[in-house]
Amino acid sequence: MTTTTTSYKVIGSRPLRPDGVDKVTGRAIYGADVRLPGMLYGKVLRSPHAHARIVSIDASAALTLRGVRAVITAQDLPAIGDKIADLGESVVNLRYASNNILAHDKVLYHGHAVAAVAADNVHIAEEALALIKVEYEVLPHVLDGKQAMSANAPILLDDLRTNELGKLGNAPTNVAEHIRHQRGDLDKGFAEADVIVERTFHTATVHQGYIEPQNATALWNEDDQVFVWCSTQGAFSVQEQLAELLQIPISRITVTPTEIGGGFGGKINVYLDPLAALLSRKAGHRPVKMTMTRAEVLTSTGPTSGSHIRVKMGARRDGTITAAQAELIYEAGAYPGSPVGAGCGVIFANYRLENLQIDGYDVVVNRPKASAYRAPGGTNAAFASETVVDELAEKLGIDPIEFRLRNAVREGDRRPDGPEYKRIGLIETLEAARSHPHYTAPLTGKHRGRGVAAGYWGNWGGKSSATATVNSDGTVNLIEGSTDIGGSRASIAMQLAETLGLPYEDIRPQVVGTASVGYNDVTGGSRTTFGTGWAVYEVGKKILAEMRQRAAEYWDVPVESVQVADGVFAHNGDQMSFRELAGKLDTPVTASASVHPQNYGPGFGVHIVDVEVDVETGKVEILRYTAAQDVGKAIHPSYVEGQLQGGAAQGIGWALNEEYVYDDKGRLVNASLLDYRMPTALDLPMIDTVLVEAPNPGHPYGVRGVGEVPIVPPAAAVANAIYRAAGVRMTELPMSPARIVAALATQSTNAA
Amino acid sequence: MKSKVIVATTINGEELEFLCEPRQSLLEVLRDVLGLTGAKEGCNNGNCGACNVLLDGVLVNSCLVLGVEAEGRTVETVEGMASGGQLHPLQQKFLEHAALQCGICTPGFLLAAKSLLDHNPDPTEAEVRHWLAGNLCRCTGYDKIVRAVLDAADTV
Amino acid sequence: MQPFRYIRAHNAEHAATLLQQQDGRARILAGGTDLIVALREHRIEADLVIDVKGIPEVEELSFSPGEGLRIGAAAPCHRIYRHADVLHHYPGIIDAASLIGGIQIQGRASLGGNLCNASPAADSIPALIVHSAICEIALPQSRRRVPVEEFCVAPGKTVLGRGEFLASLHLPPPPPGFGAAYLRFIPRNEMDIAVVGVGASVQLDAERRHIRSARIALAAVAPTPLFVQEAGDALIGAEANEEAFARAAEIARAAARPISDMRGTAEFRRHLVGVLTQRALAKAVERANK
Repeated sequence: MTTTTTSYKVIGSRPLRPDGVDKVTGRAIYGADVRLPGMLYGKVLRSPHAHARIVSIDASAALTLRGVRAVITAQDLPAIGDKIADLGESVVNLRYASNNILAHDKVLYHGHAVAAVAADNVHIAEEALALIKVEYEVLPHVLDGKQAMSANAPILLDDLRTNELGKLGNAPTNVAEHIRHQRGDLDKGFAEADVIVERTFHTATVHQGYIEPQNATALWNEDDQVFVWCSTQGAFSVQEQLAELLQIPISRITVTPTEIGGGFGGKINVYLDPLAALLSRKAGHRPVKMTMTRAEVLTSTGPTSGSHIRVKMGARRDGTITAAQAELIYEAGAYPGSPVGAGCGVIFANYRLENLQIDGYDVVVNRPKASAYRAPGGTNAAFASETVVDELAEKLGIDPIEFRLRNAVREGDRRPDGPEYKRIGLIETLEAARSHPHYTAPLTGKHRGRGVAAGYWGNWGGKSSATATVNSDGTVNLIEGSTDIGGSRASIAMQLAETLGLPYEDIRPQVVGTASVGYNDVTGGSRTTFGTGWAVYEVGKKILAEMRQRAAEYWDVPVESVQVADGVFAHNGDQMSFRELAGKLDTPVTASASVHPQNYGPGFGVHIVDVEVDVETGKVEILRYTAAQDVGKAIHPSYVEGQLQGGAAQGIGWALNEEYVYDDKGRLVNASLLDYRMPTALDLPMIDTVLVEAPNPGHPYGVRGVGEVPIVPPAAAVANAIYRAAGVRMTELPMSPARIVAALATQSTNAA
Repeated sequence: MKSKVIVATTINGEELEFLCEPRQSLLEVLRDVLGLTGAKEGCNNGNCGACNVLLDGVLVNSCLVLGVEAEGRTVETVEGMASGGQLHPLQQKFLEHAALQCGICTPGFLLAAKSLLDHNPDPTEAEVRHWLAGNLCRCTGYDKIVRAVLDAADTV
Repeated sequence: MQPFRYIRAHNAEHAATLLQQQDGRARILAGGTDLIVALREHRIEADLVIDVKGIPEVEELSFSPGEGLRIGAAAPCHRIYRHADVLHHYPGIIDAASLIGGIQIQGRASLGGNLCNASPAADSIPALIVHSAICEIALPQSRRRVPVEEFCVAPGKTVLGRGEFLASLHLPPPPPGFGAAYLRFIPRNEMDIAVVGVGASVQLDAERRHIRSARIALAAVAPTPLFVQEAGDALIGAEANEEAFARAAEIARAAARPISDMRGTAEFRRHLVGVLTQRALAKAVERANK
């Protein structure tokens, strides 16, 4: 597919989003805004312990409270054997997934769901929770991945065996999997190096931090039809998860996605949806609404993994990296499934390497089960490798961007995990960063420093379906199934408008649920503008073909003789606009397409940051920030910029202040937005963006996923800036004030 | 003990009465009793700003106000911002600048920004950032929000 | 949240009488920014919530050069930091009132509430201490006065007995050559609870060179906000310079009894007391010189 980047009429413009007015007037309906007649409210009882055996649950007192309609425990979930299922962005063992919904015999983390109540209002439901008596036998817990790997660590899952490079072990363990990527001869590579840097890193558990808590409203009808309204990244994923967890046919479940208040990967796995459905059934088929408190969001929904990472890299004096080795230990939380595989994919993806070895370990610990978070596993990995790369460049006296350019991957190079890169834009992005005024601007003042880092994300295509109908006035209604978290209705409608040669305003997109459109994978993996864009491109082609046929019939000429361009049909001097033709249609024109495009194409980002370190308090101020990224083709540049800015902001939060803090009993003590410190407007500067457009040949409009790449480089970029500002190499996230003060103290002790 | 109270108040310029329990927050009343779901619950303890409303013209977190406290007072919510068939300039600028992604924090930001411009019609970037620091946004990195507010200030 | 009744008190005596009748099961509602969260999270229980915001003296904010400043216990922060006389005479109070929570918290939160919440980390208390505030406590039939540094007795506990509530705060008029500041350290730039807070005030001599008197108070380094009298006294007669500030800071550091928690380790907090005490003194002196 070839495209020219200059001839677009709609793509590249910045129209208002179709759902904008609803969202600035407060009219848009999000999950918690759903209200049904006779609706009950549900709440969840959660474990106060990090690890305990459930001896007994007695809900009799709760059931006698006036206004309480139902109580459920794990006994109400169907028994599920071991079955591996691909749900959204991750592959899970369904028995574990079920146990995570409601603990069966053991609770595995503080906040693990134990029972749920439906009552007339939320206050009564809360009162009922306090009346449920649960007897626990508290067990020793383990929070840290490295400790969980040790021989005497408490075992979380009695049946877990290590998948050791594809072979199943036979001893109880907390290590679910060990994976490896290997190439060349590591010893030879390090022997060729003039400089070798080796460091170990630790990163804290962090949360996606969407502002809208999880929610679900469900109605289980008397005929066993189940209806769910919820904020989700994927209605079809919710449908599939519910079918598996509740053991009912997919066709009986209708999921209607509401507007969604942020997800970042965290709103793929279901938590409340199956509980609301079961409560509805038990409460006499009344609808049940459930919303989480912020504390529940933090204790009980997917954060992303904390990690221990060791990186060793060597380079020659000329700046060529000769060998790279890494070991990544990711904390999966209570059940297997950390993003360590993706982390292994990211860690050296920027560089051409002849000799490498990457070992990854997926380890269960007594923390909430990790779920996807924007480029899952990528930030941890890049923090480690890009810090080491910076140090190599420094030791060799080479500019850090120049050093990266000398080693940067390009078309034809192979990724560490095997596949060959097609057209990619890392070199262009590095060059754009180097020539950006930010990179060359003088930075003066005490304790100020500039850092850079690069980042990779593989992106995803996934499956998408869409349907469009031509109205009699020539406008088009578009039905899509990708929930819109950041303006994707606009970017999808723009691609259909471009394909049809119509103005953007003539396309009216609507996001619908499982009952109303063909299958769609989740809005995740940076795939929506790419994959659903592909679908509407196909839809547009079909509509144009059909309309051309109708024009030919109208003129009574062979279809081959009708030309179509810019929304106008022409034959032998006769012309008819799309609108005119639409008005003449006898039989309606509707088209649907389902696609599963494969050539999604990875993206690369290069970030530049200036910081100032208060060396007395350890506080880091972000003075200036620039994010450059290979974005393929920016369909709606404002929302592409927004992805870069938002990803950078989350990365900065991860870098400086965000972390899960547990007490010695394994309880999360900072489960609030007061003490889980996400950046405020006052903590960030404007975030400049550079959109490098290296079109993806695997998409009709050159689209590449853009949403995830920008969270990969920030932590490393900030760490490298801190080093230049204050002289300390930070190897632990977050780089909080106390850690910086401690590092500065160690440095001055060593110097003395 | 669970008796409800009648509260007479003015919401978005309209005098009305509602029934609520003393333990219900103003946020809960707006959303569950009055159906005004524009105010959002992000944290329910005053740390995110998604539930912001103006109470007698003062910016507050409606999750930290009891519904009964609205007696005899005026409440302004996001539903009352547009008037005369026109969006408020802040609403318009938020759209033009793509200052929202998921949009859940937007109502709170709009009211906070309105409150800022009521006090300071010509704020600097630093003043905007300071005033909006009690409103969390996880999507945008604030860049486009700050620009939208500065642009709206120029327009107003 | 558990159910409770709600009453608006007509005057201070009414509120105090209601408190006494309820025998510990009643709570005073001022700005509600702490109370409502505590009730919701079941950290406290109440059968009755008494709203004192309609009581004129509890809402009062007035200044006279002879009497000084009266701050009604429920006067919200946003009124305090916009008040011209407070801006002019009580810089430490301005510092504290403008950094409690965000703008929307300041629309409701009061210094009286901050004080009665008795958090060791409360921002307003060190500022009130260095401004020598006196608490006026209402009882059903009488009043009593307590210096602010004696008001908190333990985390979440105050000197208030049964049937007593805080009606207002009285701050003396600042003498000539007076300056004050409150600084806190937080990891973000807004919205956090102080890891450490330091209030400092100084009165300089007529030449604005030597320190006639000084007060230093700390937050988040002891079970209650800490008035470190010896740190201020050590500055009496000293030249107002970095060397003197460092000396006082060392005394403050020694006086701090911090614990380690999720917001900071004891070691880090002690370190910050030193840093912030010097900075707060420097700022107080700078203001005294204006």
